[in-house]
Amino acid sequence: MHKFTFVPVVLVSAISLAGSALGADEIKVGEFAALTGGSASFGQSSHRGTEMAFDEINAAGGVLGKKFKLITEDDQSAAGQPATIVRKLISQDKVVTVLGEVRSSATIEAAPICQENKIPLITPAATNPKVTEVGDYISRVCFIDPFQGTVMAKFALSKGWKKVAVLTDVKQDYSVGLAEFFVKAFTAGGGQVVKEQKYSTGDKDFKAQLTSIKVTKPDAIFIPGYYGEVALVARQARLLGIKVPLLGGDGWVGDSLLKVAGNALDGCFFSNHFSEEDQSPLVQGFVKKYEAKYHEKPDAMAALGYDSAGILADAIKRAGTTDGDKLKGAIAATKGFQGVTGSITLDPQRNASKSAVIMAIVNGGFKFEQNVAP
Amino acid sequence: MADRPKLYLLLAVVAALIASHVLSGGAEPQIPALNPYYYDVLIGIGINIILAVGLNLVNGYTGQFSLGHAGFMAAGAYASSWLTLSYGYAMGTSGLATTTAFLLALLAGGAVAALAGLIVGVPSLRLKGDYLAIVTLGFNEIIKGVIQNCDRLGAQRGLGGMVQHTTFFWTFAFAAITVYVVVNLVNSTYGRGFLAVRDDEIAAEAMGINTTKYKVLAFVLGAFFAGIAGGLYAHFKQFIHPEGFNFMKSVDVVVMVILGGMGSTAGVCFAAVLLTILPEVLRYVSRIEALPEWLRHVAENRMIIYSLLLIILMITRPQGLFGAVNLKKKKA
Amino acid sequence: MGDKLLELLQQVVNGLSQGSIYALIALGYTMVFGVLRFINFAHGDVYMLGAFVGFYLGPKTLKLFGDGPSYPGAAAVLLLSMALCAIIGIVIEKICYRPLRERPKLTVLITAIGVSLFLENGGQFVFGADPKSFPDVITDRALEIPASWGKISGLTITISQVLVFGVTLVLMFVLSHIVRKTKLGMAMRALSFNPVAAQLMGINVDVVISFTFGLGSALAGAAGILTSIQQPSIDPLMGINAGLKAFVAAVLGGIGNLQGAVLGGLLIGVLEAIVVGYVDPTYRDPIVFGVLILILLVKPTGLLGASEREKV
Repeated sequence: MHKFTFVPVVLVSAISLAGSALGADEIKVGEFAALTGGSASFGQSSHRGTEMAFDEINAAGGVLGKKFKLITEDDQSAAGQPATIVRKLISQDKVVTVLGEVRSSATIEAAPICQENKIPLITPAATNPKVTEVGDYISRVCFIDPFQGTVMAKFALSKGWKKVAVLTDVKQDYSVGLAEFFVKAFTAGGGQVVKEQKYSTGDKDFKAQLTSIKVTKPDAIFIPGYYGEVALVARQARLLGIKVPLLGGDGWVGDSLLKVAGNALDGCFFSNHFSEEDQSPLVQGFVKKYEAKYHEKPDAMAALGYDSAGILADAIKRAGTTDGDKLKGAIAATKGFQGVTGSITLDPQRNASKSAVIMAIVNGGFKFEQNVAP
Repeated sequence: MADRPKLYLLLAVVAALIASHVLSGGAEPQIPALNPYYYDVLIGIGINIILAVGLNLVNGYTGQFSLGHAGFMAAGAYASSWLTLSYGYAMGTSGLATTTAFLLALLAGGAVAALAGLIVGVPSLRLKGDYLAIVTLGFNEIIKGVIQNCDRLGAQRGLGGMVQHTTFFWTFAFAAITVYVVVNLVNSTYGRGFLAVRDDEIAAEAMGINTTKYKVLAFVLGAFFAGIAGGLYAHFKQFIHPEGFNFMKSVDVVVMVILGGMGSTAGVCFAAVLLTILPEVLRYVSRIEALPEWLRHVAENRMIIYSLLLIILMITRPQGLFGAVNLKKKKA
Repeated sequence: MGDKLLELLQQVVNGLSQGSIYALIALGYTMVFGVLRFINFAHGDVYMLGAFVGFYLGPKTLKLFGDGPSYPGAAAVLLLSMALCAIIGIVIEKICYRPLRERPKLTVLITAIGVSLFLENGGQFVFGADPKSFPDVITDRALEIPASWGKISGLTITISQVLVFGVTLVLMFVLSHIVRKTKLGMAMRALSFNPVAAQLMGINVDVVISFTFGLGSALAGAAGILTSIQQPSIDPLMGINAGLKAFVAAVLGGIGNLQGAVLGGLLIGVLEAIVVGYVDPTYRDPIVFGVLILILLVKPTGLLGASEREKV
């Protein structure tokens, strides 16, 4: 062979050999999210949080000397799509981990595929306990329904509210799960659920449900739904003359909640992962950066998306590799990770164990009320 | 001559068998050696063919505009899933036993869907065009509502844990059977009946054709195949959810029938293949860095493209790609 | 009067106010169907666009009438939305439906579905999928019923509920007047009886159809604003459910009949309230569809529609 071509050829072969051994220069992470369709507002939030997190990590130099490449696919809020997309991410794009989704149903669809292919899956916001039961490659960074439901039940009891009505969003697994555990804990603590009413995501008028709740004269109403509907429920409740406090979960957190509700939510409480008031530089930094980049306040999905990326990066650092087998162990071993949604430790079932924060709404703004440890 | 279609079917099934063997690298038909993503899309194509050809019988050949096909798919999916989850091992745990159980469940699912088709078809007899469309949409919502309220079927949590019985072979074998049945039916005297109902129902009645029989038959058969498709789908994705069988899903199938050309089975098959691959192609397109940002954004929005496709198609070429019917002629 | 009766009355009030929205949208459906014999699937989405018109142009319009919510300001927003939606409706008809006028009804129906999907998904694309908070155009509160009237003072009726109901009735009368007393109205009726003969009599079909669409869309726009006053959270998919319910209402009342549309809308509204309050909210939609199927089986021309014989 020609003398001059020998060296470049060796060099190129060496580099490509090294490259294939190390898995190239970047860490490919797959994300499947509902970017369009009925769940788009949540999917987009979660995606933005995740995207922002990776941008920051890359700007700081990445992990193990490599930068992250986020490959996001839209599942259009449609069933059947998560399975196809995750198969693509794993076999085509060769990602080392999959992040997603905010809906339990989509996550349950995709999880077995990740488990089978030995690729870790971290869900930012799917709360159905069944998700992590699929296998040891599956973990989540949010609380599961049993915990959050119990938190608000205990809070209600502590405030001396003995009779509570529950208004559930039957279209959302999250809402149904939360309500179920709230009722369990509340009645176990001596409380009485005087009325259980339902609505569906997308409903705009709740006067019928509220009227039937009003006659039972509850001390408080538990509404474990999402901010779009909760804001309207609050307004209509006040107009109907229902003055009692409303209680809820992290689904309440959303840009439009207070804008739509106005003062209707004053005196109400909800459980959350983090408090905007939290003066820690981490949370404040996150809120400011998100607002600057996306022109709206981050909601719970965005914060969880952000933390799912952070935990992944942290786990890769600890494992020293992106190899699925070792990585899943590192993820499961996450202890005291300081995320914007709190100090996160993964329990033996790979669900996040962290404190919940109870927020009060005062004068049209959020105010920290109390911390609840797991 | 009469034996030719049977020969073709046999050939098609044998071809499917051979293909699935080749694709699986000589191993069990269950395990795909093909890239799992491509395999997923391939199975999707087969299922969509069954859905579209079935719907074409109702919409295309018999002229009954049904917007609720996803409801029948749901009926089949849930019925067959519940059966395999409850009785999948009733005949034993061997491969043969579970596969037989699966097939029986699949057919049962089709039967349940056919029953739903009967329930929807009979009241719809008196309705035409727009009304029929809305009523079938309503039935779709009702079926979905029933499932959402049924805790045993998972309600809003979804139903999962099915064994992945669906293979390339089963999917395309059923697709071949569906095409065979529909084509043979249409080329028989039954076919004349369907077309007569579509072209002019009153004239058909006047000629002594039992329009009721044909309309109901079309609905029931179309529903049966949708139920089979649903069962195959459920045992491939291994998880089903009521929202996966909503109006949007029905629209998906309707677009295939319209694009392919109502009344052309070949056209509809082609359209099914095209529209199954389209979202994947669009995914790829939206990633091409060389394209302008706005174009990539539009590619990400499959539904915007679909809806524009529908509008433009209806204005310029309502008979679809292969439609035999001249839909441009003026109605007297 | 007992508590139970009060609760029932409250539900009826709730139902009537929600039903008024359905009635307004149903008026548009029924008009277009009456004249053109086709269901404009995209009608519900024009309602959504009306709400968004109010969202984007509302604040500036209100400013013209002083700081903050005011009745004249609200009226201005309402009229603005009606006008813009009328234009949108006319444009949609011209581009998407007019080329298909001679074609079989199925073709137009499919096109309408396409337009509807385009508006919904395009809306998500352009406006964003998140719900937006509609600006306060009036200060809403519950009316004070004097305690001297007895138990009934426990009833809650809000200003917005009265407003919606009132405006719906007014618009129904205005529409009725237009259809019965004006030349264009007469042309619309002629067209609905026999399009060919109407054309032969010198009626400019294009103009009349455009006018019909414009009118129907204006009503949808009005409904969009009125709804947003009561439920100030708007999103691009809000037209789907309302549109479907309004369609059922139009059929229930008798498609092609204006009073029927209003009656149907109010009935559906009250039915929903009763089902949600006393039965189970998850059955609300299936029951409404059940009503549709029932009516189409028993009396397809609806409650107030005249029996039609199909001409061969």
